[in-house]
This record gives sequence, structure tokens and C-alpha cells, in this order.
Amino acid sequence: MSRYFVDRLSRHIVFIFGVAAFLILVFIAIFILKESLPALREVGIVDMLFGAKWYPSLEAFGILTMLAGSIVTTLLALVIAVPLAVGCAIFLAEVAPLRIRNITRAAVELLVGIPSVVYGLVGMIVLCPVIADLSGTGSGSSVLAAAIVLAIMVLPTITSISEDSIRAVPAQYKEGALALGATHWQVIHHVLLPAARRGIITAVILGTGRAIGETMAMVMVIGNSPIFPTNIFAPARTLTGNIAVEIAAATGMHESALFATGLALFILVLFINSIGLLVYRRA
Amino acid sequence: MTSLSPKLTQKLAWGFAWVVGIITVLVLLFIIGYVLTKGLSVISPVFLFTEPEGGLSGKGGISSCIVATLWLIAITMAILNPLGIGAAIYLAEYAPDNRFTHLIRYSVELLAGVPSILFGLFGFAVFVLALHFNYSILAGALTLVCLLLPFLVRSAEEAMRAVPQSQREAALALGATKWQTVAHVIMPAALPGIVTGVILCIGGIVAESACLYVTMGGSARMPTSFLSEGRTLAVHVFYLAMETNALDKALATGAVLIILILIVNFITRWLSQRLQAKMRGGT
Repeated sequence: MSRYFVDRLSRHIVFIFGVAAFLILVFIAIFILKESLPALREVGIVDMLFGAKWYPSLEAFGILTMLAGSIVTTLLALVIAVPLAVGCAIFLAEVAPLRIRNITRAAVELLVGIPSVVYGLVGMIVLCPVIADLSGTGSGSSVLAAAIVLAIMVLPTITSISEDSIRAVPAQYKEGALALGATHWQVIHHVLLPAARRGIITAVILGTGRAIGETMAMVMVIGNSPIFPTNIFAPARTLTGNIAVEIAAATGMHESALFATGLALFILVLFINSIGLLVYRRA
Repeated sequence: MTSLSPKLTQKLAWGFAWVVGIITVLVLLFIIGYVLTKGLSVISPVFLFTEPEGGLSGKGGISSCIVATLWLIAITMAILNPLGIGAAIYLAEYAPDNRFTHLIRYSVELLAGVPSILFGLFGFAVFVLALHFNYSILAGALTLVCLLLPFLVRSAEEAMRAVPQSQREAALALGATKWQTVAHVIMPAALPGIVTGVILCIGGIVAESACLYVTMGGSARMPTSFLSEGRTLAVHVFYLAMETNALDKALATGAVLIILILIVNFITRWLSQRLQAKMRGGT
């Protein structure tokens, strides 16, 4: 084969590969939508979104409790994780001496790599009994356990993006403020954090998207009862957990309703991440 | 509220930053330490080389899970690497700066934020049902290819973009075709970065559970071909924790997972240090 032929051929091949990511995204959207149409038609979008009863055997497919379960655990996890993560980012970017920074950063990177089932397992064995003792009833599988596990899981994401954006603030800003007599903390609080605001918001939004999509660790510690998460010591169920727990045994309308659950999750996540990307682009 | 003096605020803030940094390291040490200390005592040659009994018993070892994980890594890598690196070559070297390229980039970024369980639903609808691969290692591998593609594309593209423009120009000036430049100049220079991305993908396969739980079937028997059902180590941890009382074996399997993740982390760290040394060496 002449090298010119190879050149032209490879140009076309890499183009086809290049389009793959786009096609996969489109196919995912199409297939999840297509498979959920029967349930959406049968039950109706409004009844499905705002229906509080999920009894597949009685053909009752309301996902409101799971939607609430996902949102409440995620918000609770963010309440725990965001102060810690931003504090940790400040620690890494401005406070820690070099060696301690390297150790902490290695810890943050490792936390990202630990499998979600390991977080779930440690949550089940260590955290749930503590929560059961605190509440006095049940096994400890609860919204609170899920939120704490989730907080630990999103901590590294929020920390590392926030740290990057604090570091990206031009050194002159900091030097200028220090020269005016500000303390180091005043510089961080009044100069660095405001300048890095967009990056930190992006980090939180991306962390939110990740938290809402977490599945196996949630299934392991939240108890998986499709009830409203009104009590943090009581079990609940997330959208992701609903799919994972039931898909293997589901057929017909039930299966389609699980795809509709996935559709709700897909739209929620795309919405959150699009906002995140927009903020990130402007940053 | 009386305002605190700047110096006192500085001290309080520093205290908070230190506490948060230390908490992060302690959380990591606790999770890894807990799983390793409880798990390693259960691990033995017998545990590694006997099959799990499956079902509700929790007896046996993890040999079939190790084999299923290896099968899965091999098939996923065989499909993912050409596709992901090809797409990265397109985006880094060929793609014109137009709306279509922006669309591809945007979909890579959005795809990276889609939760694993939705890839699982997609894989279930397409590979398991529509294409009749049934629950199989192949269906799991194809699902993983979709899941990991955006990550590999981004890291490989970044590595290729880091190759100095002068090297491309020198090769083209010597009469090389575009593809010869890519294959003989850019790829070798970008290789350490690409290999890092590939190894992180292997770590991702080992750690992944949600999308495999719904596409691989989860039979604990030894897989005989890539069309067999299979249960990876991570999915095995989930089954043991949820369906059996063998939490000690779940922890032991978790310990194997953590060791694998530590190895992945160690290799990528070593590679990136070598890469930095090479950059400093001026090549």
C-alpha cells in the first residue's frame, strides 16, 4: 500500500472513531427514551413524576419518592462535603507545607479510585451500626448513612477542581493584597476565594452530578424502601437504586417504568452537568 | 456580633484548614486500613483459587471472579483502546475548528458525566436484549467501552496536544504524510501519557460495579468464554454484602480490590514522574 493511500484511509478511520462519542450519547438518549415510552404512555408523565406509590405488582409506577430520595441524599451529602472540600482545597493550595501537601493530595487521588462497593461495604459494617445506635431503631440503613458515604465519595472531586481554580488565580492579586498589609487569611477570604468562585461552583455542580448518579454504595446503605425521605434515620430509595435493584427481575410495563426512571435520572444529570459546563466555560 | 481581630481569624481559619486536611487523610487511612486489616487475614491461596458457591451461602473463594475480571479487562481493552485513541487522534490532529467538532467535544464532556447505571440500562437494552448477547462478559465489556470512552479520549488527546508543534512541522517538512507524522512522531512522544490513561481505565474496570451488575448476569460460575455470564470482584463484594452473611469474605474481596487499585495508582504515579523527568531532560 502506498503511504498516501494509508494516509487517506487513516484520515477516514479516525474520523469515524471521533464521531463515536457523539453517537453513543445520542444512542443512549434514544434507547432509554424508546424503552420508556410504553410506561410513559400507559401511566402518563404527570402521574409517573408526581405519583408517590411504587407498587410494580399493582401496576403503580410513581417515582416521586425515589426522586425525593435522590435529591435529599445528594443535598445532605453536599452540606457535609462542600465545607470540608473547600477547606481541604484551601489547605492544599495555600496552607500545607510541601510534604504534607503531597501526602494529602495522594490521599485525595486515592479516594477517587476506591471502588464504590468498598465505600458501601465499610458504610454497611461501620457506619450503619453507629446510626442504628443513635436512632435506637432499625438496622441503620438510612438517608443519613447514604449522605455520609456520598459525602466522602464526592469530597475528592470537589477538592481537586476547587484547588486547581484557587491555584489559577494570578499571583499578582495575592501579592498586591499582601503588600497592602492583609493577613494571609484575609487574602484567601477576600481575594482568592472570590476570584476562584466560578471554579469552585463548577466543582460543586460536577460533584452534584456524580452524587446523583451513584448507585451501588447507595443500594448498600440506604435500605431501598420506596418511601419519602422525611426522617434521616429512616430508609429511602434513590432513582439509581430503583433501577439496579429491580431491572433483573422486571418484564413488560415494569421494565419500561424502570427505563422511565432512568430517563428522569438522565434528564436530571444532563441538566446539572450542562449548567456545570456553562459555568466552567465562563470561568 | 463583635468582629474578631484579623490575627485571631487567621489562626482560627488555619486551624480549620489543618483539621480538614487531616480529616481527609484519616478517612482514607481508615477505609483502606479497615478493609486491609480485616480482609487480609481471610485471604489465602485457597481463597484465591477456589470458586465461590454463589447463591446465599457465601462459601468458597473468588477464583471465578478473578477470571471474569481478567476476561472483562481483556475484551474491554481490545475494543476501547483503538476506538479511544483513534478518536483522540482525530480530535487532536485532524478535527477542523468548526461547529461539528464543538458538538463532538461537548458530547464527550456530557458523556463523561452520565452515571454508570444509565450506561448499564443502555447496555441492557442494546447488547443484552436487542443484539442477543444475553447476560455476558461481552455485553459488560461493550457497556464499559461506552462508559470509559470519554475518559480515554480526553487523556489521550491531552497527551498528544502536549507534543510540541515544532516536531509536527519538522516531520512534515521532511516529506512525511500526515499519518506518518502521527504514527511515527506524535504517538511515540505521547505514549507515556496515553499509557497512563489506559492504566487508569483498567483501574476503572476493576472498580466498576453498577453497569456490570445489570449487564453481566452475576453467575458465580467459572466463565468458559466471553459469552458466559460473569461476576467481577467488585460485583462479588456487592452480592456477598447484600445476599449473604459472609461479610468477612466481602472484606477480603474488598482488600483484593484495594490492592489492585493501589498498584494502578502506583504505576500511573511512576509513569507521570518519568514523563516529567523526560520533559525536564529537554526531549
